Amino acid sequence: MFMRFIYKFSSPPYFYAISAKMLPWLTVLFLVLLGYGLYGGLVTAPADYQQGDSFRIIYVHVPAAWMSMFIYVVMAISGGIGLVWRIKLAEIVSISSASVGASFTFLALVTGSLWGKPMWGAWWVWDARLTSELILLFLYLGIIGLYSGIEDKRTASRAVAILALVGVVNIPIIHYSVEWWNTLHQGATVTKLDKPSIHIDMLIPLLFMAGAFKVYYFIALLLRSRNELLEREQNAKWIDELLENVK
Amino acid sequence: MSEFFAMGGYAFYVWTAYGLTFVLMLLGIIKPLLNHKHILRRLILKRQREKTS
Repeated sequence: MFMRFIYKFSSPPYFYAISAKMLPWLTVLFLVLLGYGLYGGLVTAPADYQQGDSFRIIYVHVPAAWMSMFIYVVMAISGGIGLVWRIKLAEIVSISSASVGASFTFLALVTGSLWGKPMWGAWWVWDARLTSELILLFLYLGIIGLYSGIEDKRTASRAVAILALVGVVNIPIIHYSVEWWNTLHQGATVTKLDKPSIHIDMLIPLLFMAGAFKVYYFIALLLRSRNELLEREQNAKWIDELLENVK
Repeated sequence: MSEFFAMGGYAFYVWTAYGLTFVLMLLGIIKPLLNHKHILRRLILKRQREKTS
């Protein structure tokens, strides 16, 4: 049943049609999660006893940082699937993730910098967490550059998948950097086996924001994948029929 | 209300972080939407050219 759904979902005309139906629902879900997350994070959550209101940057910084790693893993796995089984949609999902992941990585770095300046007294330090996240940004940019540099998109996808898979090694490095090295960046407060060391009133808005960012990624991914699909399949018969209906 | 916008003296850092996030996320939706329109228009023109030639 599940495999049949996946098989059907990865057929280009079906994907194009169903994604159009999913987008409005996803947008509603995103706005609800975002609205609650923002209200909770900016209004109801109490100020931190050490950091005051500056801690509220957490509600954009941490979800962006989580997404920067999550999207990388999705990109590498779907790239790997495309590499092994030559599934066109997997290749498309992989490359369409890259620019979304790159913007979240950039946001994680910049919002972190805006948090670091008032708390640490520095915009940037060469600490393990920050440096490994910067390397992640370079990996994304390298992947985007490599893809656009190769004319044949199927060849480009294979090259990108290999680069993405090699770069996966950086993901555990980012996550454990705060434990392996003595960093200025604070340790994990949520993603650890022990109980989260953050108050529930602060935690719940964070989880809503993380949910909102995840739905946002899905929306952005669908929009980009649809475009990439049109570009790649531009001579296919189903596109003829599609264009007839657009006119 | 003004207390809310002051963010305990961290207004610049907090609102810049939220503002940048908002702008980048909005652009990340607008760009592919515009691109979608361009692609459709280009493909329609291409089909018309093929028919006439």
